[in-house]
Amino acid sequence: MKHARIRYEDQVYNVTVEAENAVRLPDGRLLAEQAVQWLPPAEGSMFALGLNYADHAAELAFAPPTEPLAFIKSPGTYTGHNQVTWRPDNVKYMHYECELVAVIGKPARNVKREDALAYVAGYTVCNDYAIRDYLENYYRPNLRVKNRDATTPVGPWIVDVADVPDPSRLTLRTWINGELKQQGSTADMIFDIPHLIEYFSSFMTLQPGDMIATGTPEGLADVVPGDEVVVEVEGVGRLVNRIVSESEFFAARG
Amino acid sequence: MRRATSEIATGTLFGIALNYQGLLQSRLDEFNQPPYQKPPVKPVLFIKTPNTRNGDGQPVVMPTGERLQPGPALGVVIGKDASRVNAEQALEYVAGYVIVNEFSLPEDSYYRPAVKAKCRDGFCSLSGEVVPVSDIADPHDLTLTLRVNGEVRQENSTAHFVRNIGQLIAELSEFMTLHAGDVLITGTPEGRVDVQPGDQVVVEISGLGRLSNTVVVE
Repeated sequence: MKHARIRYEDQVYNVTVEAENAVRLPDGRLLAEQAVQWLPPAEGSMFALGLNYADHAAELAFAPPTEPLAFIKSPGTYTGHNQVTWRPDNVKYMHYECELVAVIGKPARNVKREDALAYVAGYTVCNDYAIRDYLENYYRPNLRVKNRDATTPVGPWIVDVADVPDPSRLTLRTWINGELKQQGSTADMIFDIPHLIEYFSSFMTLQPGDMIATGTPEGLADVVPGDEVVVEVEGVGRLVNRIVSESEFFAARG
Repeated sequence: MRRATSEIATGTLFGIALNYQGLLQSRLDEFNQPPYQKPPVKPVLFIKTPNTRNGDGQPVVMPTGERLQPGPALGVVIGKDASRVNAEQALEYVAGYVIVNEFSLPEDSYYRPAVKAKCRDGFCSLSGEVVPVSDIADPHDLTLTLRVNGEVRQENSTAHFVRNIGQLIAELSEFMTLHAGDVLITGTPEGRVDVQPGDQVVVEISGLGRLSNTVVVE
């Protein structure tokens, strides 16, 4: 089953998702995909992995890490399916990153990898955009690159663990304006989800709603205002986002 | 009126590293070398995840086989959502101040995010009440004192910030909204010390009071 959070007529609802992405409200009403505002399906911290695909590490001219390289995102950077993300004025390179995300379902501390999936509520998809112009070599990748307002689309929904029999063999794809730009497989992840849950929970407690964004394969490209960017993880979801200019974004926000 | 931290400071905990002049100056030679190449241009930020929240009088667990260091800091509690606020207006967006003890494992390097050093359970202690802005005449003239078992181990002044509160709010809110309830941990001065199980660790900030924690074994 697929679980989402949406806003409809100024109310936030937890819904289930049915055929053609129609959403079923708790009161039984069924609403079309385009009739609702899709919200991020979880609101905890996001633990995002850098360089977790060997091909992507090579693309960025880094040796693959021997320990997970993780950075943290806070809820202010999340946005939902079918929403917009802004490209700052006067930057040279803003790129998408298609990622499989594991959503934590119950507090996890000192969990062994063989038990890890029992702590997962389900899976979702994120687009972990980065503005490379703003990289600095302090806590890299720094928040100005990765924790910007509405610059991490997440969703559209959380799909149950049972509905994804083998998360280590999923195809990831990114399209810009319908053109396939990035394709990879979760089979090429360096540290898989059970390993990552064991790693984080060895020194801290993962909380329900926390998310682990597992990194992206090679195939990055620049995006500009007007682009429709679609990231998809096979069997999990297809997350749509549109790039707008800085002035358009802040004007719409008022 | 003083309101409870647990009521109005419930948002994201944003830390600012290297925000004391003495700390930054002491590392400038290193920061001109690889992997840094050059000193930081923008505020150096990190996030303390919600599991790190801790309070006055509570234990702080020392991880087995690691070194633990307190981090005395002034916390600025955001009172209303701040997006693209300029430095002159910034204090209008502040609800008040708290004392913070930003515990960490020692940081040899600032190159990669310090999740393992900073995001452990209970590693961010906050004092229980938010002191309103109007109660503090000048937040840039406060003395921070760290006492371990009654002995002063670290002392500095918010007069030595690299960036003042207004500048921090302006530079952060340029790219991310600071939401009501978020807390800016405005930096720990140079001279972090090690603490041991059994130690009583107290942070005092003039005009704000004191925040006490005890270190315990895992």
